[in-house]
Amino acid sequence: MTTILKIVRYVILDVLRNRWVIAYAIFFLAVTDVLLRLGGSGPRALLSLLNVVVLLIPLVTIVFVTIYWHGAREFNELLLSQPVARATLFHGLFAGLIIPLSLAFVVGVTIPVLVQRAADAETLRLLALMLVAGCALTAVFGALAVLIAGLVDDRLKGLGIALGVWLLMTVAYDGLILWVAMTFQDYPLEGAMLALSFANPVDLARVLLVLRFDVSALMGYTGAVMQRILGSPLGIAAALGGLAAWSIIPGLFALRAFRRRDF
Amino acid sequence: MVRARGVYKNYGRLQVLQGLDLDVARGQVTAIIGPNASGKTTFNKILLGLVRADRGEVVVDGHRLDGSSSYRAHIGYMQQAARFPENLCAYDVFRMLADIRGAAAGRDEQLVEEFALGPVLRTPIRVLSGGMRQRVNAALAFLFRPNLLLLDEPTAGLDPISSGTLKDKIRQERAAGRTFILTSHVLSELEELSDRIAFLLDGRVQFSGTQNELKSLTGEATLERAIAHLMRQAPKAAAPTKTTTTP
Repeated sequence: MTTILKIVRYVILDVLRNRWVIAYAIFFLAVTDVLLRLGGSGPRALLSLLNVVVLLIPLVTIVFVTIYWHGAREFNELLLSQPVARATLFHGLFAGLIIPLSLAFVVGVTIPVLVQRAADAETLRLLALMLVAGCALTAVFGALAVLIAGLVDDRLKGLGIALGVWLLMTVAYDGLILWVAMTFQDYPLEGAMLALSFANPVDLARVLLVLRFDVSALMGYTGAVMQRILGSPLGIAAALGGLAAWSIIPGLFALRAFRRRDF
Repeated sequence: MVRARGVYKNYGRLQVLQGLDLDVARGQVTAIIGPNASGKTTFNKILLGLVRADRGEVVVDGHRLDGSSSYRAHIGYMQQAARFPENLCAYDVFRMLADIRGAAAGRDEQLVEEFALGPVLRTPIRVLSGGMRQRVNAALAFLFRPNLLLLDEPTAGLDPISSGTLKDKIRQERAAGRTFILTSHVLSELEELSDRIAFLLDGRVQFSGTQNELKSLTGEATLERAIAHLMRQAPKAAAPTKTTTTP
């Protein structure tokens, strides 16, 4: 087993015993169950769940990972006093945090769908896409959290910035899009809207699912634009590529900071 | 065992090490003494690669520090205040480090008994007292029988029994030929344990030599008084005082 996998194993062991991660899984389990009971068909329930997913996953991930990364500083010192390269520790810690958080979400959402036998072919396709979007958001906001925690030594300041990033990307960004759409309504805005949705991973995840749900009009202007311009399969591929870039680029900056920092 | 030449380290505008030269002899206990912010912990961290020197050369056991990590297989480190993942138990942490170092690393299985960790080995670390965590920390430093041990304020937070156990362990391992670098503000403890003293002030080694050399240089009878003597001379020490080094 490589050193990265050994580190991943123990970080997962630690995170899975964390009561907040357990509560996170139970929350998704309860919400999905209630939505399936009240919402009727599987796709309609999943559509309702989408709004919870795009708000809650970024919030929980960015807060949990920022706090964990700051809290692990002294233990990282101990690990780096072993024959462990910094990049190895970084990758091991990152994967060790992202895997259990993703797992909590996947388990929490999947179990009620399977238990309530809401899993017809269409629901399963949507569920799979939602799980991919949720895991991608976990990786994106995990990478942003690691970058924030790596650049800002002060724990409270780091947490404040993390919350600010979440607010900006989930709440303020929609306002910005609306303002742009209203202000420049006399101009062709498709290109600008497309660029704006790639500039926000939450919007990308939303678009990814909107294209599949075919309810873009309900889910915001960017979804409608993207569906019209790119069409579904290409849109999904582009959105997934955008989400991958959103996790890799901040992750690489965070790795650079981790390699250079003094512990 | 350790050779440092012209080591400089700044944190922003704060100059911590300013041309530090130091040799640490193999098989001996070297105490690094100095006032707060004199660069003791920074030097230890440079030896571990946790902090990168801005300038200068550091060689540990024949390995010139260049950012690689393999040389640390022969180093044990006891942090000033250790923190561990809260949901793991001491047993998990021991196993984790053993896994990382690989099966080839010879382990000192007596440590759990010596530091009386048996009853709490499977207790989550978050419920252990500070002193108990420090015992875990001490055991980890010795666990893989390293050639060089860096102990930063090792007895801080330990009760008298554990502190005695740790001191006995240091003597025992020193007799087995291991090298120690100790940093502590408890001078009586350093007097008891160390063979050599390195006195740091303003990021430089102002004195390096045996305890007897220091005492005869200052004319004082105890290490505490000798160090106080050096510190009183500090303003004059802008030009370095006598430095005796033994590689």
